[in-house]
Amino acid sequence: MIRVTRLSKRYGRKAVVDDVSFTVAPGEAVALWGPNGAGKTTVLRCLLGLVGYDGAITVSRLDARRHGKAVRRLLGHVPQELSFFDDLTVADTLAFSAQLRGLESARVGEALELVGLSPLRAQRVGALSGGMKQRLALAVALLSDPPILLLDEPTSNLDAAARESAMAILESLRAAGRNLVLTSHHFDEVAALVDRVLALEDGRIVFDSTPAALAQRLRTRATWRVRLAPGQISQALAALQEQGYAARSNGQGILVEVAAHEQKAALDALRRVGLTVTDFEPWH
Amino acid sequence: MALNLAISGAPSRDRVERRLVLAIARKELRDAVRNRWFWLYAGGFTALASALVLAALPGAQIVGSEGFGRTAASLVGLAQLVIPLLGLLLGAQTVATQHERGTLRFLLSHPVSRTEVFWGLYVGQSLAMFAVVAGGFGAAALLSAGRGVATDPSLLATMVGLSWLLSLIAVGIGMFIGAASRRAGAAVGTALVVWFALVFLGDLGIMGTAVATRLPVGVLFFAALANPVEAFRLLAVAAFRGSFDVLGPAGSYAVDALNGRVAGLALAVLAAWVLAPAALGWWRFRTALDL
Repeated sequence: MIRVTRLSKRYGRKAVVDDVSFTVAPGEAVALWGPNGAGKTTVLRCLLGLVGYDGAITVSRLDARRHGKAVRRLLGHVPQELSFFDDLTVADTLAFSAQLRGLESARVGEALELVGLSPLRAQRVGALSGGMKQRLALAVALLSDPPILLLDEPTSNLDAAARESAMAILESLRAAGRNLVLTSHHFDEVAALVDRVLALEDGRIVFDSTPAALAQRLRTRATWRVRLAPGQISQALAALQEQGYAARSNGQGILVEVAAHEQKAALDALRRVGLTVTDFEPWH
Repeated sequence: MALNLAISGAPSRDRVERRLVLAIARKELRDAVRNRWFWLYAGGFTALASALVLAALPGAQIVGSEGFGRTAASLVGLAQLVIPLLGLLLGAQTVATQHERGTLRFLLSHPVSRTEVFWGLYVGQSLAMFAVVAGGFGAAALLSAGRGVATDPSLLATMVGLSWLLSLIAVGIGMFIGAASRRAGAAVGTALVVWFALVFLGDLGIMGTAVATRLPVGVLFFAALANPVEAFRLLAVAAFRGSFDVLGPAGSYAVDALNGRVAGLALAVLAAWVLAPAALGWWRFRTALDL
């Protein structure tokens, strides 16, 4: 269904996606997993033809570069950054989207009903909350009933109840054999929705397996990324390795493997030698 | 009906669909008339055109059988000053602002091509500019009629048509600037610099060069004609007066050397200016804009 071959995307000298290859079989659901900046969103933007890229992408044997419109006809997209025309109403937004997809306007009501936005159909999009915008994005993505859904953090702006309802919709789509390619930080989402996980790190695929294997990996290896003030990486590496931690340099920070109860001790080891930790985040 | 504008060997083989261009144009036009800046521009232009009519001597026609009067000259001057500014700003803002707000990404995640989006935006902005121009000159004509002075409808239509042509050029340049800018603020700033160069620096530069280098009048004429604002002025003068005497030695040269082909030449210059910047903007939008 989707074949990505040696995909690379650079901004200046920085490779955001670096030589990534994968396939998504018909009916398969795949998660792109990784921290912010790993390149997940850029992969989705390449699939949509929103950015230029090196390498090749085919969707249903159509070259995404040469047949972008035909490829996008097969895709529904829920972006992470929700950007709509704020002056349009909810219904007008869907009607415009339907027009661009060559659909009948009757689909608008069905999509509104599906995501529970019917009562807000006359509301200006600019006045919607983040959660409501996310529902609208899902409605736009589902409008043409496309065979493939690209979901970029599809529940990130939703409260617990709305997330549950969105998950129910996505699970039913999944059960109906829809192709899903999603990015997520929530393991429960990944476990519930996908067959396969591709973990990205600095634009490269470092892990390609099942959600169960990812769960195992997360349990046995707690890797954290430590960000430091400029110029302190080599000193920090030395300090951590001296204390017996497995640590390695990673761009502007350090990846260090620690057990849950050792996190504070690792940070203290850095602070003791006068280093400034600017961020400390889990790394999957 | 589908138009096939795809270029052989170009990255995309998508067919351009007129219905999509028109859908985006309608949306753009609707957005424009909902935008307070549009009403500020349109209102400002209408107010200035009306003020010029009110300031004219009683009984003076805007454009008509009495020839190229003071009011007509003032309106041509107003158009050559204000319309490029409005077109450049609208054109630059439409692409750059939508890029900055992420709405271009929303549009282009649909099964539409960049070509359809670009020309849809262009057509929408061009229609918005037509509303500004026709509204401004129409109001001036109505005001004039209210004072008991009729305006020759064909000459009024010529004035609106020429001004719209000038606005198409400005929108095209503006959209090229917008497609080449990462930020809306930078696009607007660049548009203002281009406006200043077209309206003031072009004229002053040629005058300064003429004084310093004593260029032949023919070179001066063609150098001036290359500026779309000057080409517009030339055509407007030709339309209203039928003579280029008011342009001084350059006008006399035009009459002597080109023997009646001046208007055609100026129209060709305007046509080239309509096509070139818009085509460059389209190319830039298609090939170089990451969203």
